[in-house]
Amino acid sequence: MSDGQRNTRILSIVTGVAMLVAMGMLFFYLPQMKGESGQLLDNSFNIFYFHLPIALVAYLAFTVVFLSSAQFLRSGEHRWDVLSASSAQIGVIFAFLVLITGSIWANATWGWYWIWEPRLTTSLALFLVYLAYLLMRQAVDEPEARARLSAVFGIVGFLSVPLSFLSIRLWRSAHPLMFGDATYGGAGGGLEGTSLQLTLVMNFIAFVLLYATLLMYRVHNEQIQEKINTKKRSME
Amino acid sequence: MISGLHIAAKDLREEMRTKQMLNSMIVFSLLVIVIFSIAFEDIISSSNMVSMIAPGALWITFIFAGSLGLSRSFAAELENGCLEGLKLCPVERSEIYIGKVIAGIVLMFFVELVTVPIFSVLFNYPIDGLFSLMVIIVLGTIGFVVVGTLLSALTVNTRTREVLLPVLLLPLVIPVIIPSVLATARVLTGGGIVDVLQEIRLLVVYDVVFFIVAYLVFEHILQD
Amino acid sequence: MDDIILASNVSRSFGNVQALKGLDLAVRRGEFLVILGPNGAGKTTLIKILSTLSRPSGGSVMIDGMDATTDAVQIRQMIGVLSHDSYLYNDLTAEENLRFFGKMYGLADDVLERRIDELLEKVELFHRAGDRVGTLSRGMKQRLSIARALIHNPSILLLDEPYTGLDQHAAQTFEKVLLELDPSKTTRVMISHNIERSLRSCDRVVIMVRGKVVYDSPRSDIGSVEELKETYIALVDGERDA
Ligand SMILES: Nc1ncnc2c1ncn2[C@@H]1O[C@H](COP(=O)(O)OP(=O)(O)OP(=O)(O)O)[C@@H](O)[C@H]1O
Ligand SMILES: [Mg+2]
Repeated sequence: MSDGQRNTRILSIVTGVAMLVAMGMLFFYLPQMKGESGQLLDNSFNIFYFHLPIALVAYLAFTVVFLSSAQFLRSGEHRWDVLSASSAQIGVIFAFLVLITGSIWANATWGWYWIWEPRLTTSLALFLVYLAYLLMRQAVDEPEARARLSAVFGIVGFLSVPLSFLSIRLWRSAHPLMFGDATYGGAGGGLEGTSLQLTLVMNFIAFVLLYATLLMYRVHNEQIQEKINTKKRSME
Repeated sequence: MISGLHIAAKDLREEMRTKQMLNSMIVFSLLVIVIFSIAFEDIISSSNMVSMIAPGALWITFIFAGSLGLSRSFAAELENGCLEGLKLCPVERSEIYIGKVIAGIVLMFFVELVTVPIFSVLFNYPIDGLFSLMVIIVLGTIGFVVVGTLLSALTVNTRTREVLLPVLLLPLVIPVIIPSVLATARVLTGGGIVDVLQEIRLLVVYDVVFFIVAYLVFEHILQD
Repeated sequence: MDDIILASNVSRSFGNVQALKGLDLAVRRGEFLVILGPNGAGKTTLIKILSTLSRPSGGSVMIDGMDATTDAVQIRQMIGVLSHDSYLYNDLTAEENLRFFGKMYGLADDVLERRIDELLEKVELFHRAGDRVGTLSRGMKQRLSIARALIHNPSILLLDEPYTGLDQHAAQTFEKVLLELDPSKTTRVMISHNIERSLRSCDRVVIMVRGKVVYDSPRSDIGSVEELKETYIALVDGERDA
């Protein structure tokens, strides 16, 4: 067993433990949520402990795509392309989960599955951009060209995200929400409690670890694929 | 820059000779406008509702027609291997990009020049604030073409380029479409240029940021 | 230092295909080199790398002392390329095509106009100057693209099977144009499948097989066309068996 494989295995064990701890905290450590007037809130708010870390990890994944794309264009080293592709695949899944958890939560809070809220809508834009990124990779056969072209898209796509956010916010302010001041993300004024913060941090750590593990597996996978290809080549 | 202008002039000269692309774009955008005006006939007849869909309809028209033009921007250079001939010229790759952007913008202006009056007629919509509207259309078009031209080059050698280009382009131009639609709506309902400063600022930022980035990364697209 | 083209250990792969495998080639200033080789030997790939269109996967290419990967723009100024493709715009006239490329190569207007007339005369297309390229015959397009390749007086002319599509007369015209070029100003590298015609004009013959140079000889050391043909067949077959 190579060092890399051992590290991957250790990392996945650590991730598993962290996920369990995070879940455990969610179910057993968190106090019951109370609203401002003291009434008991239902547990739907708990999805927030997934939603926020997942969203942050999605952003992290796409930042990695951006940085490794730039590195690829600078150096032309194949491994940066592998990293971009792997991170984008995971990021798209996370971005999708953001949309799912976001709409579950929206439904529980406002009764709509979808609200055109700036952050949620930006997540949608983000998801579409990187879905396009993956489609683009599929459309180019030649590995060298694929790496180059997708690196360019990885950079341009990433830059569109903050601008999307700004424009969506502008748009929201032109069409004010019908939900009064209930802003999403800052809801449940109880976030100051240490147990809540700890749970959130733990979930965040768990999801970052999950991302790292998945990333290592994907990269590893790509490397094996690469080896197969070289073997094939030498057999010809 | 000079070489970029030569390329743009060459593209436009070619286009003006056959008018193939221009005619298709204009006819296409008229069709879109007509279909919109039929589909929303009831809404259009009630004057306060029309301002809610008209700006969106206008920009969807521009974007669709523009995508048509952009998809040909580099694909046209594949005939007789011209793109290779262009790449052999002793100019930076970014000159090719600039040339294509300029030609693309001019082409879209033509289309818009024809579309807007017809839009105004079919939507029963008096166009006030022509100057503000022009500013918005110019800025929005620049942003759209700046990114679209980059992606046109990006997809030119893929098998599915006609489909791939809009799929890649639309998510990236969300920040162009939204402020353009907002600002158009405000101007068409009697707002002046000062009422749309925020939108204009966003469009300018988008245009500048993406032009610079595209200019810098473009050479990587045309490598072999 | 009189090697105007110096390719050392150049390799280039496309996915699993290795088109060039450590190719070495030096071309002296003013030389007329002919490259022969079977289909898929990597000849076109080599020309693309020499013309900076394509980057080598390994090795280095120096053109007139400049590195082909870093000084590409300056190198392109001194290179003229005639390829399988005509590089001509169908919707522009013959004249407009030449004018566009002339401007791209930075020729001044008055110089350019004279050059256009001169070249159209040379390739015998003066009477079709105002016709759209799309309406020209294949051979005429080929002749026009020769004019296009020469518009900026390149000091290196790279020709990829230039005789394709030319009739007898046009081929002679082209051969004349090629031979009239001043060797002190122009180095010529030509890919060809026509051994007779190549031998008539060149100073040196190189045979490429499977991405490598397998034969390299000055014209003076080559006897007759038949001898070269035999050598060629032996080399190509030999490599095929290997
Ligand atoms: N863009 C490309 N993508 C993939 N493979 C390529 C590409 N260009 C060339 N090749 C491969 O490289 C090898 C050499 O091709 P090249 O065109 O250089 O041959 P050639 O000597 O010019 O042949 P011909 O006499 O037929 O013109 C071939 O096996 C070809 O399939
Ligand atoms: Mg060839």
